[in-house]
Parts: sequence; C-alpha cells; structure tokens
Amino acid sequence: MSVILVFLAVIAGFAGWWLSHQRLTAKPWLEQGLAGDFVGLDRSALPTAKIGLGVFLAVVGCLFSLFTSAYFMRMGLSDWRPLPLPRLLWLNTGVLVLSSIALQCAVVAARKGQIDNVRLGLATAGFTSFAFLIGQLMAWRQLTEDGYLLAANPANSFFYLITGMHGLHILGGLIGLGRTSVGAWNGARPERLRLGVELCAMYWHFLLFVWLCIFALLAGWAATFIDICRGLLT
Amino acid sequence: MVDITPADAVPPAEVAEMELYHPHSWWTKYVFSQDAKVIAIQYSATATAIGFVALSLSWLMRLQLGFPGTFDFITPEAYYQFITMHGMIMVIYLLTALFLGGFGNYLIPLMVGARDMVFPYVNMLSYWIYLLAVLVLVSSFFAPGGPTGAGWTLYPPQAIMTGTPGGQDWGIILMLASLILFIIGFTMGGLNYVVTVLQARTRGMTMMRLPLTVWGIFTATVMALLAFPALFVACVMMLLDRVLGTSFFMPAIVEMGEQLQHNGGSPILFQHLFWFFGHPEVYIVALPAFGIVSDLISTHARKNIFGYRMMVWAIVGIGALSFVVWAHHMYVSGMHPYFGFFFATTTLIIAIPTAIKVYNWVLTLWRGDIHLTIPMLFALAFIVTFVNGGLTGLFLGNVVVDVPLSDTMFVVAHFHMVMGVAPILVILGAIYHWYPKVTGRMLDETLGRFHFWVTFLGAYLIFFPMHYLGLIGIPRRYAELTDMTIMTESAHHLNSFISIMAFIVGFAQMVFLFNLIWSIRHGREAGGNPWRATTLEWQTPQTPPAHGNFGKDLPIVYRWAYDYSVPGAKEDFIPQNVPGNFGLSKEPA
Repeated sequence: MSVILVFLAVIAGFAGWWLSHQRLTAKPWLEQGLAGDFVGLDRSALPTAKIGLGVFLAVVGCLFSLFTSAYFMRMGLSDWRPLPLPRLLWLNTGVLVLSSIALQCAVVAARKGQIDNVRLGLATAGFTSFAFLIGQLMAWRQLTEDGYLLAANPANSFFYLITGMHGLHILGGLIGLGRTSVGAWNGARPERLRLGVELCAMYWHFLLFVWLCIFALLAGWAATFIDICRGLLT
Repeated sequence: MVDITPADAVPPAEVAEMELYHPHSWWTKYVFSQDAKVIAIQYSATATAIGFVALSLSWLMRLQLGFPGTFDFITPEAYYQFITMHGMIMVIYLLTALFLGGFGNYLIPLMVGARDMVFPYVNMLSYWIYLLAVLVLVSSFFAPGGPTGAGWTLYPPQAIMTGTPGGQDWGIILMLASLILFIIGFTMGGLNYVVTVLQARTRGMTMMRLPLTVWGIFTATVMALLAFPALFVACVMMLLDRVLGTSFFMPAIVEMGEQLQHNGGSPILFQHLFWFFGHPEVYIVALPAFGIVSDLISTHARKNIFGYRMMVWAIVGIGALSFVVWAHHMYVSGMHPYFGFFFATTTLIIAIPTAIKVYNWVLTLWRGDIHLTIPMLFALAFIVTFVNGGLTGLFLGNVVVDVPLSDTMFVVAHFHMVMGVAPILVILGAIYHWYPKVTGRMLDETLGRFHFWVTFLGAYLIFFPMHYLGLIGIPRRYAELTDMTIMTESAHHLNSFISIMAFIVGFAQMVFLFNLIWSIRHGREAGGNPWRATTLEWQTPQTPPAHGNFGKDLPIVYRWAYDYSVPGAKEDFIPQNVPGNFGLSKEPA
C-alpha cells in the first residue's frame, strides 16, 4: 500500500498548502465586517471548471495508484510470471504523445485566436487518440493469440485490467473532446472554446503521464526502481 | 478589528461565469431537475426508502436471533442475506448518500451563499446513477439465488463460492455492480460539493466563516473522493475473479472435492483495499454528523460554538489521520506484530481530535440558554452515544483486547453505537431542524418527542446488552446458537429482550415517517427562521427557498456563523448577512 500512501501524501501536501492560505489561525468571532478586506480569501481566480477537473484528476490518480499498490502486493506472491510486453506498445505510446502535443498546439492556437489551428489540433488529437485505442486493442489481440490469456496468470490479469481502465478513461475523454470539437466547428464563443481546449489538454497530459507510469510498471522498470530505492534506504 | 465598508461600495457577490439552468417543464423542474434542492430531496427520499428496507431486514434478523427456530422461512442462508444487505444498505446507500447527497446538496449552496452547485448537470447525473445503483441492489432480492450473503465486508474467497448465498448466482455480481455504479455516481456529486465550497462562496464568506456543517461535509467529501476508489478497485477485481476466473484474490481452493481454476490469489489484498476505503468511510459518515451537531447545539443553546478554530482543525486532522488506521480492522488477519503496534497507535491518536470536539460541544452547552427542542434533544443524545461508542472503540483499537473480542457481538454493539445510532440520531435531529426550511412547516412536536425518547432509550436497550453478550463470547454472524454452552439461558433471554426492543424502536421510525408525510400539509406554519438561527439558509427571501436560492442579489457575509447572545445586540442572534458592530466595543487583545 506504499504507492497509494505516497500519492495521498502528495495530495495532503496540496491540501496543506491550500489550507495554509485560508488563515486557519483567524479569530472569526473578532472579525466583523466585510471579508473583502482579506484579499485572496475568496474563490480562486482559476476558472471553476479547471478546479473541478483538477479535483477529478486527483480521484483518477488515486484510482491508478491503488491499482499500482495492488499490483505490487500481488506481484510478491509466488505464482507471478511476468508477460513480455508487445513492441506495439512503444508505437502506441508515441501516438498518445502526439495526441498530447496536438492538444497543446490547440491550446496555443486558441490563446492566439487562430480558429483553424484549433480545429486542426483537435482533429489530430481525436484521430491519434482513436489510433491509440485501436493500437491497445491490437496489443491485446496479439497477447491473446500468443496464449497470454486474462485468467492464465495474475500478471496477465493486471495487464488487461490496468490498460483497459486507462483506455476507458481515454474513451471518456473523447466525449469531452467531441463536445469541444462541435463547439470549435459551430462557432462557440472564443473564451468558452479556449477553456474547453485547455481542459482537454489538461486531461490528456494527465492521462499521458498515467500511461507512462503504467508502462513503466508493466514493463517491470518500476519494480526495479523501487528495488534500487529500497537498496539505498537499507 | 476590521471596519465596516458601506454596503453600496461592495462589489457584487455573483460568480460571473456561473449560469443558472432554468427549467422549462414539469419534468425538468421536479424530475430531471438540476436544482440542488430538488436533487437533495430526491437523494433523501431514495435513501430513506432503501433505509426502511434495511430496517425491515434488521427486524427479520432479530426475529431469528430472539426466537430461534420459530420462523421456518428464515433459513441460515436467508439470515446471511439479511445481515449482508442490512449492513451494506445502512453504511453506503443510506448514511453516505443521505449525509453527502441529501444534506450536502441541500445545505452547501444555501449555507455558502451560492445560487446552486457549480456543475448542476453533473449533479443531476449523480442522483440518477445513485438511483440506478439502488435499483440494481434491490433487483438482487429478485434474482435467482437471492442477494449475496457474504457479510457486508464481502471477504473473498467465501464471497464468490458456492457455499455462500449468491456466491455462484447473481447476488454477488449485482452487489459489486451496484457498488461500482454508486461510486461513479458519488464521484460526480462529490466533485460538485468540493468545488462549490471552493469556488461559489459568496462575498465575505471566507473558509473560516463557514458553518461547521459545511466544514464537516466538505472534508468528508474530500475523504470519500479519495477512499471510494479503493472500494472501486476491490469491486472490479473481485468481479473479474467471479466472472472471468482471474485470481486476484482467490487462492488455490478445493470446493466439494473439486479443484477450482483459481490459483495463488491473496484474500488479504482484498482486506487491505476494502479497509483502505472502509475506515475512512466511518469518518465520511461521522464528520458531517460532527459538523451538523455543532450547529444544532450552538443554535439551540443560543451560544457561540466553543473553540471554532479547534473544531475546524480537529475535522481536518481526523480526516487526514483516518487514512492511516485501516489495518486495525485486520488485527486477526495474521499481520506482523509491528504493524499492529503502528496501527493501534494511530488509532488511539485519533481519540485526541475527537475528544477535543466532545469537550467543545460540552463547553458550548456550559451556561448556555439551552432550549430542549427536538433537534437539541437529538444533538445531546448524539454526544452521549458517540462518547459511549467511542470508549468501546478504545478497547477494540488495542491489539491484545481486540483479538479475543474480534468477531463477537461486542464489535457489533461498538460499531452500531458509534457509526449506526450516533449518526442516525444526528440525521433525525437535522431533519427536525431543517424540515421547516424544506417544507415551510414544523414537524409535529408531540409525535417528535415520542419518536425521540423511544428511539434514544430503545437504542440503548438494544445495544448495551449486546456488549455483554459479546463479552461472554457470543459470536456475530451466527444464525443460531441454541446448542452452544456459552449461550446460557440468561443470554437467550437477553437476546429475546433485544429483539422486542428492536421492534419497538423500528415502530417509532414508522411514527416518524408518518410525521414527515403528515406535516407537509398539516404542520404548523414555520415562517422563514423558526429557530432564530444565524446561518444563510435561514435568511432566504422565500421559504422553501425558490430556484436560485436568494432572490435578486446574493447575500453578503459580514460575520461568522455563531453570533448568538451577543452583548449589546437587539436580539439574541445576528444573521451572517447583517452588517454592524456588536459586542466588540473593547479592542480585542
């Protein structure tokens, strides 16, 4: 359970930082009058939707940290036989990176008000995301054809489970991307479009980060890394 | 001290980017509503309905325990199903949904001075997914083989094996599916509660001016958002074990002379995941109760809450600590003794912020102008009950005491006192307190007092003897114990007594339900602020509050939520949105 505890420690750090800005040592019973005098204590200047997405990403991060924790605990048992990762996953990783880059370009374009480039970025991102999902399905097929079935070994079960969960999150993100794209083609207000594109980019970058962690985990590098850390500590 | 700026110099309190959805038809106004108040009522009604199912199940269990062998239709399998569904419904579908979905939705926007939740559409989805989860749960009663009988903790391997009711039928699958849906729905609602508190507070409402109710619900929601994924992971993995034959949790096992296809899985892994959710869950239920009870006590004792800052710190502290105590539910799982030592220590440390809260409630009452209204009675009953349940928690938190008491009725008595009876007392008190705001009418006083005394005294008569049963070694989760030597005649009589009390207390809840329905039309008119309370929900122009909550302009907050009996003020309460300096003629030190 150490992975999830580390993750929660990071969240606690954020929470602590935020709380430390809320004047927790104030004596509200002595302070009558408008709190407008306490600058910075109202809501954050960030758009509400971004904060909402941030909170949601914390939940998603929590979910994948828990899968990782379970992975490490199950890995220690005797029947674990790691499976060879299909080379296709490298290509898929590249495609997902492209998707993230495309959205970042769309953000830049939206800030400059270049609607054509926004559309180009969104379309590329949608296309590459679909390609990523298809690539993942092909990797699954390749594994099943090679005899690495879901129930044959816990390493296989975790592979399908975690990649599947990540794919579902991409799929959910595509709904948001679709809505933003509809806005981009049907002339949504520029500030609205900009926010939508930024939200998509934020989500995609996060899922890319999650994917890189998962990839490292499934390839066994994460375990090696933890072994090195443990070696340094003891 | 801060000077008062004239009101006209104040910038508007509206959140510029928030767009209020305006319903166009009866359907979008009352059924597929995006108004947090309607969603709150939908959540509460659904939770109450399923709660009464759980109440009936507890009656059936008590019939069996009190009068074993009398009722043929209660087979051991049926008993396990009753016990499982009772536990699961009470903890998740009633308490969590009612505190966060019900009270959270109703009170957060009103108390922080917002027009609605920040993402109303997602909020609406949250309720409908919750309803779907409840329906899936209920459908398991009608599935072949009936609902699961695995115990509310659903421990593998037994949860998905043939010997357990529903293990190889539909029961466990529907249970897990329902939990997964619940968690998805809750996450949608939870995002709203958190972000509304962060972003939709009206001008002047700093975090340190929030009523403690909002602090409690806010912190509990943050915890729930981080804890429920653990249950989600456990449910998904168990579902795969059951449906697709993986071995996440299932060890190699021989069932009825037949080797199952599972191999090498770890049931302990499930326990870690389950309790990583399960322990925070206790505080997800308790923190909103703490917050609400603080407000009830302050309002009905006409006195400011004692140690507001301490109360906030304690809520946050309890929330953080509750994530590092989960393994105290697993002392008998064969863990390393040092682990047990660590988790016993963290468990006992939680007693400190909790005790701070209890002292502060008592000190708020000290020399207050105590009005023994029904909400106040429930609040007082909560303090006593929570202390009682908390004290047995100190027993069970210690490894050496827990090991012999584990899986006895003592544990059942403990958790019913601390997270069953205590939070429900707060829920009931809160309903008596806020019902006038929701409906515009008071609940009937005589019926209410009857309800309170029967519930309070009855709950003690049920659960106090249960501690004794546990101490003499009566195990929990046994459908019938008549032939065992520990089951003495006196213990048997005690069991019958507990059962009769359970029927009486359950009957009192029917009276309460009648009161709830009858008073909607026939209750005394309440007016806008019957308790003369300070918080913003009582200052709305209409009662019940209309769509948008506050009329044309949002209120502006000038003071904290607890200005009761301020010297020099005309009345014994000053609402949060009233400007002016009172009681601070001396410069504070």
